Amino acid sequence: MNAKVADRVATGVFIVIAFIIVSVLIGLFSFILYHGFQHVSLKFLTTPSSNMSAGGGIRDQLFNSFYVLFITMLITVPLGVGGGVYMAEYARPGRITNIIRSCIEVLASLPSIVIGLFGLLMFVTLTGWGYTILGGALALTVFNLPVMVRVTEDAIHSVPRDLKEASLALGITHWHTIKTILLPSAFPTILTGGILAAGRVFGEAAALLFTAGLSTPRLDYTDWNPFSQISPLNIFRPAETLAVHIWSINTQGLIPDVDAVSNGSAAVLILSVLLFNLLARWIGSLIHKKVTATK
Amino acid sequence: MTYFRGVIFFMEKLVPAKERLLKSQKNWMNGEVRGKIIVFICAIIMISATIAITIFLGTKGLQSFIKNGVSLIEFLTGKQWNPSDQAKPQYGALPFIFGSFTVTFLAALIAAPLGIGGAIFMTEIAPSWGRKILQPVIELLVGIPSVVYGFIGLTVLVPFIRVHFGGLGFSLLSGMIVLSIMILPTITTIATDAMSSLPKTLREGSYALGATRWQTIRKVLIPAAIPSLLTAIVLGMARAFGEALAVQMVIGNVKTMPHSILDASGTLTTIITLNMGYTTFGSPENNILWSMGLLLLIMSFAFILLIRYLSSRRKI
Repeated sequence: MNAKVADRVATGVFIVIAFIIVSVLIGLFSFILYHGFQHVSLKFLTTPSSNMSAGGGIRDQLFNSFYVLFITMLITVPLGVGGGVYMAEYARPGRITNIIRSCIEVLASLPSIVIGLFGLLMFVTLTGWGYTILGGALALTVFNLPVMVRVTEDAIHSVPRDLKEASLALGITHWHTIKTILLPSAFPTILTGGILAAGRVFGEAAALLFTAGLSTPRLDYTDWNPFSQISPLNIFRPAETLAVHIWSINTQGLIPDVDAVSNGSAAVLILSVLLFNLLARWIGSLIHKKVTATK
Repeated sequence: MTYFRGVIFFMEKLVPAKERLLKSQKNWMNGEVRGKIIVFICAIIMISATIAITIFLGTKGLQSFIKNGVSLIEFLTGKQWNPSDQAKPQYGALPFIFGSFTVTFLAALIAAPLGIGGAIFMTEIAPSWGRKILQPVIELLVGIPSVVYGFIGLTVLVPFIRVHFGGLGFSLLSGMIVLSIMILPTITTIATDAMSSLPKTLREGSYALGATRWQTIRKVLIPAAIPSLLTAIVLGMARAFGEALAVQMVIGNVKTMPHSILDASGTLTTIITLNMGYTTFGSPENNILWSMGLLLLIMSFAFILLIRYLSSRRKI
């Protein structure tokens, strides 16, 4: 009898815990979206931010966020997929593989502020670039690379062995098998994982503070020459991203409408991350349906 | 024309089949070697990034001890932090080290029961619908950027604590709550994996002996999964220890030791983010910040070693 009561109580406790977790999420999301949407408007998204007066928007920050993300993924994806292929196909169990695995583990667990500090030393001071988009993207690459490697490795491992063996049995070499059989079959999983990783990069701020900087020069969106100082496409200019913007106006900003701007920015940020999440799921299931012919 | 055709025919005859095949195989091998080189380079880049981070932060972090003559003992145990004082700078980082550890442990204290409880709910109590609800919830929680957590902490939690508990609101308590929500998904995900990878026979054996579900969870499943559950908690703590911006926005960033949970405090990460931009590169007050960065790096190695030790003890 006693044991049965204890069982009921425990079950109740676990349900309460699950309820707490769900309500925390719902609370967070409804708070951000409710407060945020009062401030998000087309004007908010298309006016440049202001340092002193109220009424600033987030045009440049939003563009910077996507641009930094784009450059980061441009560097990370080939490196990460290459590393993942190595780990899944070429790495033989032994000392070197263990070292690489430890390196991935170390990189994955490094605090982002430490990666930011490393970026400050390597990509800002040592190269003499100053705060640049490229420096920020390279720092984020360090941060994102282990995720991409792991995603690729898992995706390749989940390709049925028969496919690979059939290809090898037909006399196709290892590299060609990887190129023509394994990578295409693993592509949906890699894509999904990549989009989720992109969502993480999009909201990252600590690694960008000291690498991409806290300011954006006055940009001219009609200037498409990537070498021009005022062009938004220039990768050697400082760029404050949306996440960094929220932090900087809250801790050292002077604008009077801090709450309005940060509420709006937080809503845009959350919505983008949500979009990445949904996109990943949608594309994943779409390709899964196409490849496996299930309903 | 016929002459040329003859020559070509002759040459084709001249190159024996064996050589032609060898040549084509060589081409194949070229692609093979190129592919191998590409993926090897990717692997080498990862190793060199890790080594570069260690070396760069190591040399830079040690400079304050070697070049500026700061004593390591003072850095680790001194309570006075005043590096910008011209006459007599003091480099005692103990309040920040203490703040980092305290806030990490407190956050783990909240997040561990919630996370593991959530994992058990997903795997044991309601494996069908519970998982369908909680899994996306956890994934969405992971996706919320840390500055957003910090901002909500700043606008909701800090005033709430100021009104209901007293103090400034910027406190260890705020930092701990924000961090615990941030590390909750990490702990839950890994704990769920750990629980669901336990063999079914364990549960069935326990039920067959007449144990209730709670007895099975407490006496069989948790003890069997304990190394993995501890790994989950340690990973969560590693994340909490290195988190910078969210904590910095709610914890108050003072230089003194906190005496109660409602006192403002500072952590290693918050002092680095606050002061790095305002100190001259290469000056003693800047170098000491790099030493704190090195300390963060060392701690993250320590967490990895701890996880390694725990996974080597994994029974199942």
